[in-house]
Amino acid sequence: MNILNFAIFSVKAVVQGSRAYYAWLAFLIVLILIGIAGYSQQLIHGHIVAGLRDPVPWGIFIGTYAFFVGVAAAAVALAVPGYVYHWQPIKEIVVLGEIIAISAVVMSILFVMADLGHPERFWHLLPVLGKPNLPRSMIAMNVLILNAYLVLNLIIVTYFLYCSFRGRPYNRIFFMTLMLVSIPAAISIHATTAFIFNVLPSRPYWNSAILVPRFIASALCAGPALMVLAFQVLRKVARISIKDAALLKMTEMMAIVMFVNLLLFFAEVITEYRSATAHTIHIRYYFEGVEDHVSLVGWAWTGAACNVLAFLLLLLPQTRKYPVTMNLGCFLAFVGVFIEKGIGLVLPGFTPGTLGELYEYAPAFPELMISVGIAGVGTLVFTVLTKIAVPLAFHEDEESSQEPVSSPMEWSQRKPVAY
Amino acid sequence: MKNPERGARGASRREFLKTAGAGLGAVAGVPGAAQGFDLESFFQRHFRELTQEDLDDLLLRLEQKYSKQYRKPVQVGAIGPNDGVVFGYGLDISRCIGCRRCVYACIEENNQSRDPEIHWIRVLEYEREHAVRSIDPDEGNPFYDHDLVPAEGKLYLPVACQQCENPPCVAACPTQATWQEPDGIVVIDYDWCIGCRYCMAACPYGARHFNWREPEIPAEEINPDTHIIGNRPRPHGVVEKCTFCIQRTRKGRYPACVEACPVGARKFGNLLDPESEIRYLLEHKRTFALKAELATNPRFFYFYG
Repeated sequence: MNILNFAIFSVKAVVQGSRAYYAWLAFLIVLILIGIAGYSQQLIHGHIVAGLRDPVPWGIFIGTYAFFVGVAAAAVALAVPGYVYHWQPIKEIVVLGEIIAISAVVMSILFVMADLGHPERFWHLLPVLGKPNLPRSMIAMNVLILNAYLVLNLIIVTYFLYCSFRGRPYNRIFFMTLMLVSIPAAISIHATTAFIFNVLPSRPYWNSAILVPRFIASALCAGPALMVLAFQVLRKVARISIKDAALLKMTEMMAIVMFVNLLLFFAEVITEYRSATAHTIHIRYYFEGVEDHVSLVGWAWTGAACNVLAFLLLLLPQTRKYPVTMNLGCFLAFVGVFIEKGIGLVLPGFTPGTLGELYEYAPAFPELMISVGIAGVGTLVFTVLTKIAVPLAFHEDEESSQEPVSSPMEWSQRKPVAY
Repeated sequence: MKNPERGARGASRREFLKTAGAGLGAVAGVPGAAQGFDLESFFQRHFRELTQEDLDDLLLRLEQKYSKQYRKPVQVGAIGPNDGVVFGYGLDISRCIGCRRCVYACIEENNQSRDPEIHWIRVLEYEREHAVRSIDPDEGNPFYDHDLVPAEGKLYLPVACQQCENPPCVAACPTQATWQEPDGIVVIDYDWCIGCRYCMAACPYGARHFNWREPEIPAEEINPDTHIIGNRPRPHGVVEKCTFCIQRTRKGRYPACVEACPVGARKFGNLLDPESEIRYLLEHKRTFALKAELATNPRFFYFYG
C-alpha cells in the first residue's frame, strides 16, 4: 500500500509541473526524437552511415561511453565525504550524486547499444542466458559490473526516497551497506573501462598501466564538475538548499584530483616522447599530426589547455571561491576531460591502424544525432528522478528556505568566505 | 570436435533437399528465409551448444535462405576438424611479387562482400632497403597501385589472419562468439557475434573485418560450397576473418590463396605431420613471425632468404 502510494506520488511529481518544466520536457523529447531519427538511419542503412571503417572501428560512441562511465563513477566524490566521513553539507546531496550516476550509466549503456552491430543479441552478454567470456574479456566484465552498479544505485535512490516518503529513518545497516558497497563498485566500473583499452598489446597507445589511474583521476574531475554546475541549476529552478560549503569542498577536491590527472598526463607524454619508439606515432598523431593528417591536433591542444586552465582556476582560492571563475573552472574541466576521453583516447589509439593505414575518422551526422538523442535520454532520466527526489529529500527545507545560507540568491550576495 | 559425421549427415540433408524437388521455391514461409528479424534466429544458441538436431535444422534453414537469395543451390556444411591436424601456413616473402591474385581468389572463394569491398588479405609494400632494417607491418603501404608488379626496389608482405596459437581476439570477445578450433583455426559464430568490434581492437594484424552494412555479392559470383563458421554469406553487423579456407582444408584441399599464387610463395600443411612440406620448410628455412614480441605465436610463418 505504501509502495503504491509512493508510486502514485512519484508519477504525480513527474507529470505535474510548471510551464517551464513542460517546456523543458518537450525540449528533451525533441532531442530524443533527433536521436531516434539518427538511429533509424543506422538501422536502415547499417553502420556504414557512421564515419567508422575497419582501421578505426570505434569512434565517439565508445569515447563518450568511457567518459560517462567516469561521470557515473564520480558519485564516490560525494559518497565518501558524505557517508564515510559523515560531513553534513555533502551528505545532504549524495542522493543527487547518485541520480547523476544513474543518468550517466544509462547513457553509457545506450552508447554501447547504439554501437553494437546486433543490439538485439545483447543477451549473449548476460550470465546464465548468454555466454559471457568471463573473466577474460574486459567488455564482459565491464558490462556485468556496470549493470550491477546501475541496479545498486537504483536501489539506493529508491530506498532512500521511499523512506523519506514515509517520513521514517532508513534502516541504517541496510542503507550503509549499499552505500559503502557502491564506493568500490564505482571505482571498479571505471577501472574495468580502462582495462578494456589498456590490456590490448595490439594498441601501444593504450597499453600502459597508467591508463587506469588516469581514467579514475579524470573521472573525478569531470563528474564533480558536472555536479557542481547541475546543483547550482537545481538551486535556481527547484529552489532547494545546497550549501555553498558543499560546492566549495567539491571544487577543492577537483583541484587536487586535476593535479593528479595532469601529473599522470605529463608522465605519459614525457615517457612517450622521450622513448620515441615507433609506437609513439599515435601520441604524435594526436598532438602534431602525421604528414597532412592533422584533424585531431586542435582538439588535443584545446583539451590539454582546458585541463590546465581548470586546474589553475580551481587551485587558486580567489578564483575557486568566486562564482564565475569557479563555474568556468568546472566547465573547462568537464570539456577538457571530455576531449581527453571522448576524442583523445579512442581515436589516436586506432590511428594509424595495426597495419599502418592512416584513416582519419570524423563522426558522421547520424552519429551526432544519436549522441544528441542519448544525451536527451540521460538528461530526461536526471530530470524525472530529481523531480521525484526534490520534494522528498529536500522537503524539510521548504520551511527554512528563507535562510540566507541556502537561498538561491546567495551567490550574488556573498563575498568569498572561509568555511 | 565430435563431428566428422556432420558432413555425412549434411549429405543426406542435401538429398532431402533434392527430393523435395523444386524445393527452393517452396521455402518462402520458412523462418529465417526472410532477411529481417525472426524469433527462431533470435533464440538460436551458441554454435558449440547446438545439438546435432539443432545444427541440422540450422544448416537446412541457411541453405534454403541462401539458395533462394542467390537463386542457385548453396550448400552449408559443418565439417569438423580432423584428428591429429593443426594447420600451419608459410609465405616466402622473397618470392612474393605483390600481384594480389591471392587477395581476389580469397574474395571469390570466401564470399566476401563486393560492395563495400572486404579483403581478408592485405598486401603491404615496403622499400627493400627499409625492410632490411625492420619488417614491421606498421610501416608498409597497403594502397600501392602500380601498372606492373613487382615494382623496382620494393618488397611485398601479404598479411591475413595469423591464426595465432594465443589469439588476443578470442580473449577479447565478450560473448565467446569467436574461438579456436582444435585444428588451430580461429572461427566466428556469425549468429552469436554482437558486433562490438572489440576483437578488431585486439587484433595486432588488422585481420578482422566488420560488415558495415548488408554485404553485397552478385548471385553469379557466389561460391555455393560453404561452411557454417567459414565462408557462408555473412549478415550485416558482424565481424569476419580468414579461416584458412576451412571449407576446403578440412577436406584435404589447399586454401584458395595457395592455389592462386603464381610464384609458389604460399605453402600450407599440417604442423603435426613430420613429413609435411610446411614442417620441412620450418626446419630448413629462415623464418620470422609478425610482431613476435606480442607473444601471439602466429601459425603463419614468413620465410626469407
